[in-house]
Amino acid sequence: MITLLSTWTFGLALALVALGVFVSYRLFSFPDITTDGSFTLGAVVAAGLMVAGHDPVVATLIGMAAGAAAGATTAVIHAFLGVEPLLSGILVSTALASVNLVVLGRSNVPLGKVTTLFDAVERTVGPMLSRAGVDRTLAGELARTGFVLLVVAFVATVLYVFFRTRLGTAMRAGGDTPTMARALGRDTGLLTVGGLAISNALTAAAGSLVAQYQGFADVQMGIGMVVWGMASVFLGNALVGAAGLGTALAAAAAGSVTFRLLVATALRAGLHPDWLKAATAAVVLAALVAPRFLGSRRKP
Amino acid sequence: MLDLDNATVQFQSPGGPVVRAVDGVSLHVPAGQFVVVIGTNGSGKSTLQGAIAGTVRLSSGHIRLAGHDITDWSQHARAGLIGRVFQDPRAGTAGSLTVLENLAVAACRGRFPGFGWATDRRLREEAASRLGRIVPGLEQRLEQSIGSMSGGQRQIVTLLMATWHRPELLLLDEHTAALDPAAADRVVQATAGLIREGRLTALMVTHSLAQAASLGDRLILVHRGRIELDVEGPAKRRLTPDDLADRFDALRRADQLDDAAARTLADLYV
Repeated sequence: MITLLSTWTFGLALALVALGVFVSYRLFSFPDITTDGSFTLGAVVAAGLMVAGHDPVVATLIGMAAGAAAGATTAVIHAFLGVEPLLSGILVSTALASVNLVVLGRSNVPLGKVTTLFDAVERTVGPMLSRAGVDRTLAGELARTGFVLLVVAFVATVLYVFFRTRLGTAMRAGGDTPTMARALGRDTGLLTVGGLAISNALTAAAGSLVAQYQGFADVQMGIGMVVWGMASVFLGNALVGAAGLGTALAAAAAGSVTFRLLVATALRAGLHPDWLKAATAAVVLAALVAPRFLGSRRKP
Repeated sequence: MLDLDNATVQFQSPGGPVVRAVDGVSLHVPAGQFVVVIGTNGSGKSTLQGAIAGTVRLSSGHIRLAGHDITDWSQHARAGLIGRVFQDPRAGTAGSLTVLENLAVAACRGRFPGFGWATDRRLREEAASRLGRIVPGLEQRLEQSIGSMSGGQRQIVTLLMATWHRPELLLLDEHTAALDPAAADRVVQATAGLIREGRLTALMVTHSLAQAASLGDRLILVHRGRIELDVEGPAKRRLTPDDLADRFDALRRADQLDDAAARTLADLYV
């Protein structure tokens, strides 16, 4: 039960990456490699601040702001300096590898001696659940899972509301059809800056949460996160569909949890961890191809 | 209203000759005039319109619109004054958005959109009313993804988007060229109706000689980046598609003569 809840918690924390990739890739058609670097950036900035004695909420928010700055930098390089999207992301992600190392000071920082968001939640909610008769260890894990679930639900709701506002709708239009957006007076470069800032802020938040959940920040923890995000978006799309903004956001989050459950199941079934990235790539491919294949088979 | 002063657009590929797509065009379009622009392929008519819209930068010359020198304005900055409808119906609308959401973006043309709810009741009612006036029944599809609509319906929505706030200038870039004849006819009727009712200043590029003869207050024929014919009033109204076809043939013959002369000169002196 604890392991299952832990898998859920991880999957939900990484759902923020999926939501970020949904914004960059689905809404802005921007394959943003910055994701790998900004995930780690969010983790190391938050970890560094918490180790320095700062409040975990403040540390997480500053980590998100750092992620937003990284995303905005990628967008500026693309939109205003004319560099291809992939190359812009690779450049910023490469630079972030150094930034992350400098911020953290070494390759790995444990967070065992600082109060994380999860510690605070566990201390507040755990005893309440224990008093209700739930086992103490289970109560702590339930509190952590519930907390991340609330965070993801809150973020998805905020994204839904924002992208239904006039500015958010203009951003979606700019990502979908830049010619139309420009013809209607929108600076598509600035829209992309805003979109990637939001996307990478979410990814950095995920990095920060994962670091606090697992109890350490590592400079390599972001490797493969963009593929994770895409896998979650495609998997969610294949399972839930993407008819409408709300469904698509829910699908991205659900895709992340499903994907994490698949990974955990595969590892328990004996998959060697070395093969995890290859398995991830295979899942992305399957999620991309299967709906098309099934669709063509259904045609009379 | 719209003034082009010696507008020139020239391109040069590496090692290639300089090509003047728009060659010193000067033009005055008064407010409320509907100008139809025709020309052969590569004549420069779309480049001329692109220069006005801001998608193509002038090599020299100036463009003034509604009292503003817009020569150095960005494309999105000009959108505050200019409404546009593209040749490709997909270029003027966002396919993943609903019809109403597309209209919501158009309702904020040229100003900061703000954080209000995009598709509020007021917009919904106004969109239903305006869309229903152009094509009865289309107002029932406000909540549908515009990507699921036909090209003709998308162009009707694009037209409404371009004119939601009265533009100082409406640019129509062969906006019926990608449609089947029946859909093209509906879009042309809608275009003429919106321009007439709104007393809009409009510049419509077309390949259709029938449209060029029957629509607009003024006709401009562009050839090799220059204005070869500029007629309005009774002379414009008397024009038939056959007259225009004859004009095109005459220009083609002159081109052949020019080319032949150029070849002879090249043989003699190069």
